Amino acid sequence: MKKPGNRSDPCQLPVEDLVARCPQAVEFFEMVGLPLPPTGFSAADHFAALPQALLEDLGLEREALEERLRGFLDLFDPETIGAFDSRIESISVVGGHDKCGKPEGGTLTVRPGEIVCIVGATGSGKSRFLADIEWLAQGDSPTGRSVLINGAPPDPGLRFAIDRKLVAQLSQNMNFVIDLTVREFITMHAESRMVQDVAAVTETVIVLANTLAGEPFLPETPVTALSGGQSRALMIADTSCLSASPIVLIDEIENAGIDRKRAVQTLVDRRKIVLMATHDPILALLGDRRIVFKNGGIERIIETSPGERACLEQFEKLDAQLNEVRRALRNGETITV
Amino acid sequence: MKVVTVAGPPSSGKSAVTLKTIGALAGGGVAVGVVKFDSLSSGDQLLYERQGIPVHTGLAGSLCPDHFFVANVSECLAWGEKRKFDLLIIESAGLCNRCAPHIQGVLAVCVIDNLSGVDTPKKIGPMLKMADIVVITKGDIVSQAEREVFAYRVRQVNPQAVILNVNGLTGQGGHELGKLLLEAPVTGNLEGALLRFTMPAALCSYCLGQRRIGSDFQLGNVKKMAFDGETP
Repeated sequence: MKKPGNRSDPCQLPVEDLVARCPQAVEFFEMVGLPLPPTGFSAADHFAALPQALLEDLGLEREALEERLRGFLDLFDPETIGAFDSRIESISVVGGHDKCGKPEGGTLTVRPGEIVCIVGATGSGKSRFLADIEWLAQGDSPTGRSVLINGAPPDPGLRFAIDRKLVAQLSQNMNFVIDLTVREFITMHAESRMVQDVAAVTETVIVLANTLAGEPFLPETPVTALSGGQSRALMIADTSCLSASPIVLIDEIENAGIDRKRAVQTLVDRRKIVLMATHDPILALLGDRRIVFKNGGIERIIETSPGERACLEQFEKLDAQLNEVRRALRNGETITV
Repeated sequence: MKVVTVAGPPSSGKSAVTLKTIGALAGGGVAVGVVKFDSLSSGDQLLYERQGIPVHTGLAGSLCPDHFFVANVSECLAWGEKRKFDLLIIESAGLCNRCAPHIQGVLAVCVIDNLSGVDTPKKIGPMLKMADIVVITKGDIVSQAEREVFAYRVRQVNPQAVILNVNGLTGQGGHELGKLLLEAPVTGNLEGALLRFTMPAALCSYCLGQRRIGSDFQLGNVKKMAFDGETP
């Protein structure tokens, strides 16, 4: 005899209703290595009937299975997905102190669509600054800084919400370790972000990445075969479309194989807050502001002046000239100035 | 004394993370000690000593390192009490993915690394699934997308855990992990405490030193694989 199903508890639903309500439930059983419950049976009945020896082999505890299934299904709860980036209007860092205890003073506020550059020598406190943002420091980190979201202290639960990390990081020494094609790779990421139309988003990311990369690549190209510039382009396109993080940190963009200005613009268009750790003249002057770090603290903040912007135009001309030489070299031409 | 167990596959960065975390706690006036379990040899003793951290190494030798761990964990606690530590970190050898040295009522940390690939979280048993804190390492060398997928897969197998990225080289995240470790409950005594999960069963002829292959030489707890639905 079937027990009357409890609507609010997925573990009490007959398996066919459970799967109809959340198709990803099938993945749960695959993941823990258990067969699906027989038709008509609920997950709870199924768990109760499993032989003890099987559970021990799989390293599972009968009592914990229901809770684990509920926790898994919560990941797909539409109420908790994707409701994050749109709500961020500003992120503020209330000044702490440097390594000697000298106060930084003032509050730095950044908003979506802004480009802020981070400059300073190695060990000057750039990483700690980012870690403070990522950890949502509340005066409890070594710098004593506090981070505010939309002007108020954030919900403490946000600190550990791994799917709602504030900072996405595109580091220079990043590699792909996974052996998949570009399309499979982006699809996998899109699925884990639980987007509605996985195929369409994947297509968008690949097309966008190709507009940034110096040399085009195909959806069938293995990610491990991409050049440095192509990898960067793919990750920038991927982060701008798929990452939930409102802040994107880029540490330097190499000058080869990628349209740097356009790459940064892509992120800005998607309302990301772009933080760039760079000493590249063009990238640094693209920023609205530069935060200068020294001795573990913010030493000063420089607004990019109209004079500096004028320099940027000049640097861009030089850059275009060098790029032209690069293109000529690649095509086997002789070089003249 | 607060006690923490740290487990994880070999080379996932357990010691590097522990070292950086203790480094971040330095100056806070917390006395931290470490017991490091390993199987054959361990160079970690030196790494801890170099940082001035009191450490004791236990080598399991020919025994299953996790069984060896349980057999000695009470004594580890006694050593920590004697040395008057505020926090004792017990680092396991971390050999088979089925093992879990985690104890009920004792803060359990599992360290896994991004380089092991996105399918790894579901291959690891109670060590990961029953941990309170999952530390993910080597995030600096993989792409943002892989980091996100990896963390998501960890969350799938252990939705309850606090998941944290720590860089074992730069120490980024170590300060944050240190804060969490200091919130560990105080453990007075482990006599009669329960492991969170049974250790893999053993006691077959090979446990007892047999080296010869073949059914005639196999006694005790032996399980045979089935091929095409038939067990030989």
